[in-house]
Amino acid sequence: MTAMLNVKDLRAYYGQVQALHGLNFSLNEGSLTTLLGANGAGKTTTLRAICNMVRSTGAIEFDGKPIGSRSTENVVRLGIAHVPQGRGTFTTMTVEENLQLGAITRTDKKNIVADIERMYEHFPKLKERYSQQAGTLSGGEQQMLAVARALMLRPRLMLLDEPSFGLAPLIVRDLFRILGKINREEKVTILVVEQNAQLALELADQAHVIETGRIVMSGNAKDIANNEDVRKSYLGY
Amino acid sequence: MSAVEDVVTEAPAVEAVPKRAMTLGYGTSLLVLAALILIPLFVKNFIIFQLTMLLIYGLAVLALNILTGGSGQFSLGQSAFYAVGAYTSAILMEHAGMNYALTLPIAGVICFGFGFLFGQPALRLSGVYLALATFALATAMPQLLKLGYFEYWTGGVQGLVVTKPDAPFGLPMGQDMWLYYFTLAVTIAIYLASVNLLRSRSGRAFMAIRDNEIAASAMGVDVALYKTLAFGVSAGITGVAGGLGAIAVQFVAPDGYTITLAISLFLGMVVGGVGWLPGSIVGSAFIIFVPNIAENISKGLSGAVFGVLLFLVIFLVPHGARQVAIIAQQLVAKLKKN
Amino acid sequence: MELFANQILAGIATGAIYACMALAVVMIYQAIDHLNFAQGEMAMFSTFISWQLMQWGVPYWGAFVLTVAFSFGAGIAIERLLFKPLAKAPILTNVAGFIALYAIINSVAGLIWDFTIKQYPTPFGSSPFLGSQLISTHQAGMIGITLLMLVLLFFFFRFTRVGLAMRAAASLPESARLVGINTSWMIALGWGMAAAIGSVAGMMIAPVVFLEPNMMLGVLIYGFAAAVLGGLSSPFGAVMGGFLVGIFENLVGTYIPGVGNELKLPIALALIIIVLVVKPAGLFGRAIVKRV
Repeated sequence: MTAMLNVKDLRAYYGQVQALHGLNFSLNEGSLTTLLGANGAGKTTTLRAICNMVRSTGAIEFDGKPIGSRSTENVVRLGIAHVPQGRGTFTTMTVEENLQLGAITRTDKKNIVADIERMYEHFPKLKERYSQQAGTLSGGEQQMLAVARALMLRPRLMLLDEPSFGLAPLIVRDLFRILGKINREEKVTILVVEQNAQLALELADQAHVIETGRIVMSGNAKDIANNEDVRKSYLGY
Repeated sequence: MSAVEDVVTEAPAVEAVPKRAMTLGYGTSLLVLAALILIPLFVKNFIIFQLTMLLIYGLAVLALNILTGGSGQFSLGQSAFYAVGAYTSAILMEHAGMNYALTLPIAGVICFGFGFLFGQPALRLSGVYLALATFALATAMPQLLKLGYFEYWTGGVQGLVVTKPDAPFGLPMGQDMWLYYFTLAVTIAIYLASVNLLRSRSGRAFMAIRDNEIAASAMGVDVALYKTLAFGVSAGITGVAGGLGAIAVQFVAPDGYTITLAISLFLGMVVGGVGWLPGSIVGSAFIIFVPNIAENISKGLSGAVFGVLLFLVIFLVPHGARQVAIIAQQLVAKLKKN
Repeated sequence: MELFANQILAGIATGAIYACMALAVVMIYQAIDHLNFAQGEMAMFSTFISWQLMQWGVPYWGAFVLTVAFSFGAGIAIERLLFKPLAKAPILTNVAGFIALYAIINSVAGLIWDFTIKQYPTPFGSSPFLGSQLISTHQAGMIGITLLMLVLLFFFFRFTRVGLAMRAAASLPESARLVGINTSWMIALGWGMAAAIGSVAGMMIAPVVFLEPNMMLGVLIYGFAAAVLGGLSSPFGAVMGGFLVGIFENLVGTYIPGVGNELKLPIALALIIIVLVVKPAGLFGRAIVKRV
């Protein structure tokens, strides 16, 4: 089975500073993978490199085809949705407009309307606030909105950057439960970057650990979670 | 109007010039200085006059560089300060019989005060709003100078004639040449002082404000003081330039200080490289000579030719002459390696 | 008191000019987060094109539509050719580009059509509006067209997909790219729309100020001031701002002694700045919260 996403020798740069030093990993279709590591390790940079938001060299292949020369919006149009750090919500627009924006590249109007309804089923709080300005939502609600917006693309691959950031533990559990559901039921491949390693490892099948721009450990999420040495050295618990 | 606010993490509108790159290296500086000292000995009076204007406008662009490139405040109103400096010198010389050299520090101080005062209300404005405010100042100035109330002093619409000084101590030098070297001395003094200012604590405060005003304030920089100070210093230097200009041109009149001058100075700053003090003279050369070149190429379309030339410059070197200097530096470094 | 009311009315009438221009200014500001100094010249050039078409026998409304369409295309072309290459350059360099564009358009217009004043027709006639001495039918028509444009813009932004995409691209370009919007083309589209709106403004203004290459300078400044006063994020604010600026200008000219035509501009600007010091986001704009 060819991997859905293949990353080979990825090096990324912020100006003159090199943030990634040759990353190699792949994602199989339908998998839920988590990218772990400390602050500044390069997790966010990896996601940004996939979407060509940062200067990089190396090969990134989606469905076997290289995507490194595509602009960000064209990468997205291939079916890769990215929920960025800080959520990137359009705060001055309503909840419903945010969802419509998620589907702005799609042309099947009827399905879009149906999908919005489906999002409201996944996230009832959003339905309550559908005409409210997104900036007035709480942190947890905005995160739900960001995920819903990404799903409106009907993506094949979803990238999430620290979705648990700044959220209360109960809400994070709720969010991760929904992510798991989406992965299993809607067959969306997920790559989630997280600092909260414990929760992420409970959710994911696969895990990679990044340290200063290099992958230092890869494997089954359960194995990594059970490996005390790895946990103590790289994940801090 | 909505209750939700736009949260903006703003990238600084004016990009930072690293401190070390702020001036030319020693070798290049000496070369330029030598050229500035020697060239006038070999050229005609009219060219000497043009070189004098080159230095004078260079000073005005330098002042704008300190304000915008240094403290990040955008100004389209420099022509107003230039005018005040020019008229101060003219009035002191013609109505009070003062020696021309003495009028310059007075013009500088008056304009400093004027700039400092203008900086106060400008504190609450930035970006396009400040641009509009300074623009208002620039358009108001010629009209204020024409006002009947001041006509005795300013000469009204006709303006004032200014007497050109002779070389002092009976030196065997023509008026133009003396004025050139006098201007050169003033320019060098101000240039050195400006470089020192930007390297000093105040300069660092300016640049902190330029790069991130909120952070600077949170770190204890007295933003209000330094912003108005920057305006004051910039206005002061522009005033001195204006005074020198009045003496060089031998004439002040309201329509010589319109918004066109302010826009030209702005273009001079961009072409020279924002925040790069040595570029001021390149910018000055651009605004003095290129319009003439454009007119020579096509009288009827001189504006269009000027626009095209300006576009060429900003396409090739969007960061101005500083970019050319950096490329030259890299080339020299490469040659040295081989 | 009656004089005062009349001055207000007259101010609204002249303000319609500024309101129209301010709409174009806000349109471009939404797209590129900056004021474009060459916009007045672009509007002027479009107006000349329509005048030329009419000289060649095209009837008014035909020339009007053709000119708006041409301006839309020209706006996009100018952005793609001249300003897309400057997209990564510093803002101040872009401003220098606007100034260069201004010089080019002004000069070319002067060469083609020279600087003598020309009469420009109005489709609304210039008789007194409803018998009032202060508003002519043309001015009423101008107000009507401006309000019509405002309504069309409102519907465009609120109810169309492209409008939503443009709002998103202007609001948060990075997030917009992450939903697949080509933000670069949104900017081009913004330029096209601003040019089209500007051309309408020019064609409405020309009958009043007469057609010549320098006709737009004063109007543009007041248009900027009006847009800023209204709050740069609000088309409605721009239109209101335009009327207010017209009123300000009229009142200043009438009630402040010794103020000739030349000082009206700086004083009006000064008043606007005073408003901004009190309300930095303009009267109808959104407050901008800046984060470190």
